[in-house]
Amino acid sequence: MRFERRPSTDGNGQPVRSSNAAARPSLFIRVAAFAGLAFMHLPVLVIVLYAFTTDDRTYAFPPPGLTLHWFDVAFARSDIWAAMRLSLRVAALATLCSIILGSLTALAMSRSRFRAKESITFLLILPLALPGIVTGIALLTAIKFASIDPGFWTIVAGHTTFCIVIVYNNVVARLRRLPPSWIEASMDLGADGWQTFRYIVLPQMATALLAGGMLAFALSFDEIIVTLFTAGHERTLPIWFFNELFRPRDRPVTNVVAVVVMVVTFIPILLAYSLTRSADERN
Amino acid sequence: MTTAIEFRDVTKCYGNVRAVDGVRLQIEAGEFFAMLGPSGSGKTTCLRLIAGFEAPDSGQILLDDNAVTALPPYERDVNTVFQDYALFPHMTVLENVAYGLRVRKVSRAEQQRRALEMLALVKLDAMAPRRPHQLSGGQRQRVSLARALINQPRVLLLDEPLGALDLKLREEMQIELKNLQRRLGITFVFVTHDQGEALSMADRIAVFDRGRIEQLDTPRGLYTRPNTAFVAKFVGGANVIEGALAQRLAGGASHDAPAFAVRAENILLGDVRNSAATDVMRCEGTIVDVQYHGAASRYQVRLSSGELLTAAAPDSIHQAHWRVDSAVSLSWSRDAVMPLQAAAASNST
Ligand SMILES: Nc1ncnc2c1ncn2[C@@H]1O[C@H](COP(=O)(O)OP(=O)(O)O)[C@@H](O)[C@H]1O
Ligand SMILES: [Mg+2]
Repeated sequence: MRFERRPSTDGNGQPVRSSNAAARPSLFIRVAAFAGLAFMHLPVLVIVLYAFTTDDRTYAFPPPGLTLHWFDVAFARSDIWAAMRLSLRVAALATLCSIILGSLTALAMSRSRFRAKESITFLLILPLALPGIVTGIALLTAIKFASIDPGFWTIVAGHTTFCIVIVYNNVVARLRRLPPSWIEASMDLGADGWQTFRYIVLPQMATALLAGGMLAFALSFDEIIVTLFTAGHERTLPIWFFNELFRPRDRPVTNVVAVVVMVVTFIPILLAYSLTRSADERN
Repeated sequence: MTTAIEFRDVTKCYGNVRAVDGVRLQIEAGEFFAMLGPSGSGKTTCLRLIAGFEAPDSGQILLDDNAVTALPPYERDVNTVFQDYALFPHMTVLENVAYGLRVRKVSRAEQQRRALEMLALVKLDAMAPRRPHQLSGGQRQRVSLARALINQPRVLLLDEPLGALDLKLREEMQIELKNLQRRLGITFVFVTHDQGEALSMADRIAVFDRGRIEQLDTPRGLYTRPNTAFVAKFVGGANVIEGALAQRLAGGASHDAPAFAVRAENILLGDVRNSAATDVMRCEGTIVDVQYHGAASRYQVRLSSGELLTAAAPDSIHQAHWRVDSAVSLSWSRDAVMPLQAAAASNST
């Protein structure tokens, strides 16, 4: 699940570009491609559709009628607003922490050459590959061990562990493509280390930083497994969903919230995608 | 004259490669100095040591008689034109050129004015608002030159600056660079692997081989008095004659020259039966290759003792029967002989 949200550059930082072959794919391939897309995206459309249904209990198809009533209901419920606010605050803070820590780590790793570099890189990427449940248990154990009350800050810390990796990956790929001669040219012309960072390195990694931050935000916003272990009594939006599934009343309200979540997470992902792409084309 | 740059027994190793090996040299202020040598001979490393991107493992580097070995690049009065130009892609041409002033906190108006002045000097003021990727290779080269000159450095370092340009542009830029250097009076240290470029532009040339200076001399000095076999071959591609053949040709001559060089254009090609005068060295062999170059042809001749020599003859004296496999005689005047030192040459200054 988390792997699917990786940035649009590959490991070597090369933009993945399809060749503009003159030959058109065969009919079979095209049909198969559309079938695959439909399989992936029709369920999402169903969710959207049932946010507008007049039937509040079943998923009868077609819906007996369409209404905006459930939007009114959802907007009036304070528990939804509370969960939404909490999720936004967690995501914002986790993103901020991971932007700072992730880019500093990337800068340190790209500048230095030492023997343990390979193993450290592996350790850095590991939280992304580790199953959420393992991260969750590990964090919970650590929280218990340090006798911290789980709550807002523990959620932020938990999310930051894997959000850092997203930012780190994005920034390190960009820094690897930064020719050392640019930094040398800057120093040669009289800029000290800070000026070189400010005028040359930062502008070069800005889009990568922004893209990584947006992906991190989207990732944190809908994270549930690690959150369940670190949340204590707090209820983020995904946890609210999870609880709501067992309550049959007002079912379309969950669909309404799902639509809102989709929009909230989709915008940053689209922005991140277009940012990395335009930066790749410019270089 | 004052000394702009001095190397005192400078050594720089990468792992177990001695990239620069005990180099000792002095570059005068206002000089056009070339570092010439094959790829991997340590020229770039020397430049990077001067610029401050690398620190020597041992030895000292002095700029204007001050030791700078410990100074970072931004505290040295030296600027570099990079081999790949290293222009900043997120800045306009004007911003690139003004960068050296910007980091020194010169006022915006002054930055603008002087950057435009520098761009006018390299005839690119019309390109000021463009981005580097909108320029041709030759234009980028000039922008990087203007950028490096804006701080009015005492020394300009150029690392194969013309290597990426096509032949015609390269020849134009050679003349332009030489003029610029004369006009500004700045010390130029120019790295190249192209001996023609070094000979035509430089006041003095250091020939590098495996991290050492083989010879440091004026272009004419290098060409007419190469010290070592390496220099004789690398500069102008002379024939090097050593060992038994050298002994035999030198005959009972006054000194027992261990090795000497002869330039192809000084070797006279003739038919075998021609007899020779006494002040001439002479040998015989078979033509293995003829290359026609228009005004002259180059003949590769295999001697009966196995050595391969090259003779160049103007087209006017070419004989129709000088073809591959025909026997010819080679002869040259003793004045054309350039005596060489034995293999392990010491650094000369
Ligand atoms: N950063 C480096 N790391 C390892 N070896 C290097 C490095 N830079 C240069 N060398 C080695 O040092 C030698 C001299 O290189 P260089 O100064 O670039 O030669 P040139 O500019 O004459 O082609 C070469 O053998 C090269 O492989
Ligand atoms: Mg080089």
